[in-house]
Amino acid sequence: MSIKIALAQINTVLGDLQKNLTRHLELAAEAESNKAGIVVFPELSLTGYSLQDIVPDVAIKPSIDDPLFAKLLQASKGIDLMIGFVEKDARHRYFISAGYLSGGEIVHIHRKVYLASYGIFDEKRFLAAGDSFRAFDTKFGRFGMLICEDFWHISSPYLLWLDGADYFLLQSSSPGRGVTDKQIGSADWVENINRSYAGLFTSFFAHANRVGFEDGLTFWGGATLYDPDGKLITKGPYYEEALTYAQIEPAKLRRTRIRLPLLRDERPDITLRELERMRKHG
Amino acid sequence: MADLTINTKLVRDILTGFINTEIKRSGYSRAVINLSGGVDSAVACVLAVEALGSENVLALRLPYKTSSPDSLEHAQLLIDQLKISSKTISISGMVDPLIEAFPNMSNTRRGNIMARMRMIVGYDQSEDFHGLVIGTGNKTEILLGYTTIYGDSACALNPIGDLYKTQVRQLAGELDIPSVIIDKPPSADLWEGQTDEGELGFTYEKVDQLLYLLVDQRYSPSECVAEGFEESFVKKVTSRIQRFQFKRSLPPIAKISSRTIGSDFLYFRDWGT
Repeated sequence: MSIKIALAQINTVLGDLQKNLTRHLELAAEAESNKAGIVVFPELSLTGYSLQDIVPDVAIKPSIDDPLFAKLLQASKGIDLMIGFVEKDARHRYFISAGYLSGGEIVHIHRKVYLASYGIFDEKRFLAAGDSFRAFDTKFGRFGMLICEDFWHISSPYLLWLDGADYFLLQSSSPGRGVTDKQIGSADWVENINRSYAGLFTSFFAHANRVGFEDGLTFWGGATLYDPDGKLITKGPYYEEALTYAQIEPAKLRRTRIRLPLLRDERPDITLRELERMRKHG
Repeated sequence: MADLTINTKLVRDILTGFINTEIKRSGYSRAVINLSGGVDSAVACVLAVEALGSENVLALRLPYKTSSPDSLEHAQLLIDQLKISSKTISISGMVDPLIEAFPNMSNTRRGNIMARMRMIVGYDQSEDFHGLVIGTGNKTEILLGYTTIYGDSACALNPIGDLYKTQVRQLAGELDIPSVIIDKPPSADLWEGQTDEGELGFTYEKVDQLLYLLVDQRYSPSECVAEGFEESFVKKVTSRIQRFQFKRSLPPIAKISSRTIGSDFLYFRDWGT
């Protein structure tokens, strides 16, 4: 069974949940009417990225009791959604989170583990870090979600892969930087690692990055889907809002993994043993 | 040689998107630009016209009595090419009473007064035109502090402030700007015969190479010397970067309360838009 995925590279209104919610519902409806099974939104898609002191004002406890979240859950009865938001816990900690919603239920929440705090980024100053990577089952198969800086750490997709993920959904708010004579440096870097991961983990890697401007930051969009051979299946435009569709053919997992049985031959026991040795001996 | 080549088509798209978005999210649709006749303001002006439409850009020519006639003429070339509305307002009558009140005023003081008077006229015209003032400072001059604070550096947004002077020239080539504007020696035109490179003591080609290594590529000063730059030149440039940091910052506010604007009251300007 083929899965039609929609990658929603949206612009956001900084700190305005209602306006961003409206955009989510519009695009979810559009993707649903185009027979997509999943729509993937970028990091912090409900809030905008450069939040700083806005963080506590836009934080949500994800549940049916939150009126805004309830609308997203309602929409998830027609199409699965991966969204980005600020999550608050009962003890007033705030996380950058990704939610996977399906059939009116919260299927999984991933809290960003690796908060970017260097150069143009200052996430640790305002936000708390997550502490786990877990794959989860959906009606389409076993998925893993990562948020931006998470996937710059190779252990993140590796753990999800060992936990059974065949389909990786990545979301970013990646500002364009390092423009050379060719293209946007940051787009180049992200595309390289997505392609490499797809090939190394013989899995599907979808990435949705936002567009628009926040003060001087320029978000470049360019959503992609790579198949288990590392082949580019679709690519959204740079710097424009777009809903980019692609077909995921799960049968490719079988064909690629027969040709290249990296998952079969992987030795996590060695990894674990060596890590334990390093921890023990410093 | 460091390669400062930029994809001019891509940069053009990013910057027109930036101008359009940042002006419209502020509730405006129009822009005002002081056209000096030089390449920086020409580039900013073409980008603004592409972003907002020619009917939404007002170009100002603000000569002082000693300004070069070429400056006016070159600005007019661009105004005619872009078919935008323009005003020519002499600042001599506004500037001279202050200069004359202090005999033997230095060139620096006179130049600063002219730059700040142009800022006043620009902001006043922007109110009348219902637009925002677009800045025209490039990365080279911002880093070297070669600007008048609250003068030519004052603006609502600056599309070209992350492009070195030599990159602005590259972009100018993409934007069909008359070559007479691109090729002439850069000058603030604050007094007769003034040129940027004469005043700074080095060429933009050379200093852009060094700044790119120091700032963009994070080379240490000693690594720059090892790359072939004279030590005295590296010192001169690094000390300018440090000395003029104040021109790149908002004025510090002394902290008294538990929450202070600028230090722990932190919001992007685009908050809510």
